[in-house]
Amino acid sequence: MQYQSQAVAKPYFIAALAMFAGQIIFGLIMGLQYVIGDFLFPEIPFNVARMVHTNLLIVWLLFGFMGAAYYLVPEESETELFSPKLAMALFWIFLVAGVLTIVGYLAVPYATLAKITGNDILPTMGREFLEQPTITKIGIVIVALGFLFNILMTVLKGRKTVITSVLLIGLGGLAVFFLFSFYNPDNLVLDKYFWWWTVHLWVEGVWELILGSILAFVLIKVTGVDREVIEKWLYVIIAMTLITGIIGTGHHYFWIGTPEYWQVLGSIFSALEPIPFFMMAVFAFNMVNRRRREHPNKVATLWALGTAVMSFLGAGVWGFMHTLAPVNYYTHGTQLTAAHAHMAFYGAYVMIVLCMISYAMPMMRGRAANSAKAQVVEMWGFWLMTISIVLITLFLTGAGILQVYMQRMGDAPMSFMVVQDKITLFYWLREAAGVVFLIGLITYFASFFVGGDEAASA
Amino acid sequence: MSENFTKSMARNMFYGGAVFFFLLFVGLTFDTMRELPKRDHRENITPEVAQGKLLWEENDCIGCHTLLGEGAYFAPELGNVYTRFGKNKQAIMAFIKSRPVDGIEGRRSMPQFNFSDEQLNDIAEFLKWTSEINSAGWPPNIQG
Repeated sequence: MQYQSQAVAKPYFIAALAMFAGQIIFGLIMGLQYVIGDFLFPEIPFNVARMVHTNLLIVWLLFGFMGAAYYLVPEESETELFSPKLAMALFWIFLVAGVLTIVGYLAVPYATLAKITGNDILPTMGREFLEQPTITKIGIVIVALGFLFNILMTVLKGRKTVITSVLLIGLGGLAVFFLFSFYNPDNLVLDKYFWWWTVHLWVEGVWELILGSILAFVLIKVTGVDREVIEKWLYVIIAMTLITGIIGTGHHYFWIGTPEYWQVLGSIFSALEPIPFFMMAVFAFNMVNRRRREHPNKVATLWALGTAVMSFLGAGVWGFMHTLAPVNYYTHGTQLTAAHAHMAFYGAYVMIVLCMISYAMPMMRGRAANSAKAQVVEMWGFWLMTISIVLITLFLTGAGILQVYMQRMGDAPMSFMVVQDKITLFYWLREAAGVVFLIGLITYFASFFVGGDEAASA
Repeated sequence: MSENFTKSMARNMFYGGAVFFFLLFVGLTFDTMRELPKRDHRENITPEVAQGKLLWEENDCIGCHTLLGEGAYFAPELGNVYTRFGKNKQAIMAFIKSRPVDGIEGRRSMPQFNFSDEQLNDIAEFLKWTSEINSAGWPPNIQG
């Protein structure tokens, strides 16, 4: 660790990992509710478990991005963070707001939470992924602005690099597009149209900029490849991301009341969306092959390669599979969507945050890398979680194909619930794979406590 | 990557591409906004429909159901539930009203929300209006 203030990243990473554990536990609860319908009913209905699962994911990834930025920006800018105090204050505000929101979901019925938090004054709740009470949303905006200010001031007083510029554009976009979550008209079509300006332009837009810049940073560190080369790749990758991904939003505008020309535009541009992910995979392997140093942190390199491959598979391949309008006509809103979402989020965003944590945590604990023993345990965690997510994706894909066939095709389509009963086997297999994920996560956590001979100190 | 392709070319491609395609997206959005009134029949959004949407949101219905294919995949699609229930508002209201408080042994069940008759009517009106949105022929059949 070159700058004292980089240490503020540590609590961000710890909070992120704690919430990650919560996300997985609620994922397992939901998975069980898929096969044992009345599990925990009516105490924790499925929709509540799902809110906790998805909202924890979003919040812990945000914690991860912020931690990554606090670690990366001082080092890139070659200066101390503008205000470590502000960073710590925002940490506690965000943590308390996040925990209170989750407790709110679990402690009272959602309608009561809406009433207590005054949703009627400015209704923003009850839309997928944006279930947070309006007051929490305002809190997120305040935290995001304070965070951006802190990062921007740091960048301004120090060295400017491509990585920090791209990161800032990504984080700025994250804050700006979140503002659309406050727009919730009575007209459902308008509501849905602009809901995607937050959701799609986040995960298939500006978040990919954040992903790219963190990956570029880690690759510079672990491979020692010339910055000029890596920065050029970064620009081309994120250029392709936005060139394909912005109009690619159109793949959400096929069946929600929007004009038919979106079927053409959305199909063409989203069919191109795998390109930047493919380039990212080529880029990561290329840089590692051309490495000029043997960094002792092998497992951070593994995460970097892992995120490049898995995001290509999950976001690229599994996204492409159902993005063409004539295919999506049958697959829209089925288990195929869930299959894609699981692998894409894990590959692109979970793995990049874990990659950054893997690289930065040992540094913050005063060593260049963990002991070989600890790294091996972490690699076990990597493989268990990654193989598990591949299996989850395959089982949900199987469920989805059968669902589409039985419910949407043929002469005698069956009703939703009848079909769900018929594909129960796949949901059991998915749940079993989910248990493997939890074992992988526990193994991953255990790696933080494995001692052994320490590698060279930082 | 080729040496002839310089970093500044890559940078220009990024900034140029981002600005161009975002402006194109904004332009397409303006056009969509002009087209939408013909497709969403917003003249039919009564206070009941609006109230129904608020109830839909404040009970997190999207956490189990899909609506026009978006949401959770735990319970049936509701964008066309009005047609699936034979264009019968009463049937929708009766279904929601009759959910058992403690669920159904071993099976997925919708919670009992204790809605008033007026609220049930608002929700049904919202689902009726939603079923009349021109969704380009989706879903493929009545099962949603």
